[in-house]
Amino acid sequence: MAAPKPRVKVPKSASAGEVITIKTLISHNMESGQRKDKDGKVIPRQIINKFTCEFNGTQVFGCDIAPAISANPYFEFTAKVPQSGTFKFTWVDDNGEIYTHEQAIEVK
Amino acid sequence: MQVTRRQALGLSAGAMAFVALGPGLKVARADEAATEKSLMEFTGGKTPEAGKITLNAPEIAENGNTVPITVSVDSEMTDAAYVDSVMVLAENNPNPSVATFRFTPLSGEATATTRMRLAGTQNVIAVARMNDGSVFMDKKLVKVTIGGCGG
Repeated sequence: MAAPKPRVKVPKSASAGEVITIKTLISHNMESGQRKDKDGKVIPRQIINKFTCEFNGTQVFGCDIAPAISANPYFEFTAKVPQSGTFKFTWVDDNGEIYTHEQAIEVK
Repeated sequence: MQVTRRQALGLSAGAMAFVALGPGLKVARADEAATEKSLMEFTGGKTPEAGKITLNAPEIAENGNTVPITVSVDSEMTDAAYVDSVMVLAENNPNPSVATFRFTPLSGEATATTRMRLAGTQNVIAVARMNDGSVFMDKKLVKVTIGGCGG
């Protein structure tokens, strides 16, 4: 599996207090631990098990993820934007790696 | 030591789990029991009511590997009254857990969309827990033509 790549869609600007829609995607096999290889051995589980979205350091949305979430996990959710700032997205891999992405938004 | 409400709920949840299984129900299907257990742990032993939460899922999923679902809960999402979490379960997957969405008043709306794996035709369940502990549930039957667990 190539290094997981996050992709995020956040509007560039919003009015104060507006509720915006955020779409997130990260490339990842999400190996469920249910599959067997050609010799019949179970392929070990390796998934993204947690996703969080913070705004200026405060949690907005999160997801505890089980193997039943499809490969290349996709999450779409909303966020209320009180002022200009930065969204920080975090994905935690079973293997301990943490992938992050940041996106700024301007409140006019 | 004062017993907190949370501790008392936990104790009664354990007791209620035994009662719910019933003395006559010796051989419950493993998946039903697992789903019930996850549900009761999440709700603190409360039986969820219908209403407030809507689970959108396709009637027929062409590909069990990627089934789009949306949960949305009717809530003002203020600091006083908001949705804390929504748990999604798939009754007949090898493991019923799918995802637990965590919301905050900063979420604006209690809504989330994702894509999930379904091993075969089954019920998908979504349970919402509010900040005041009340719980609500919606359930949809999804028919699956090609299963999505790599088997």
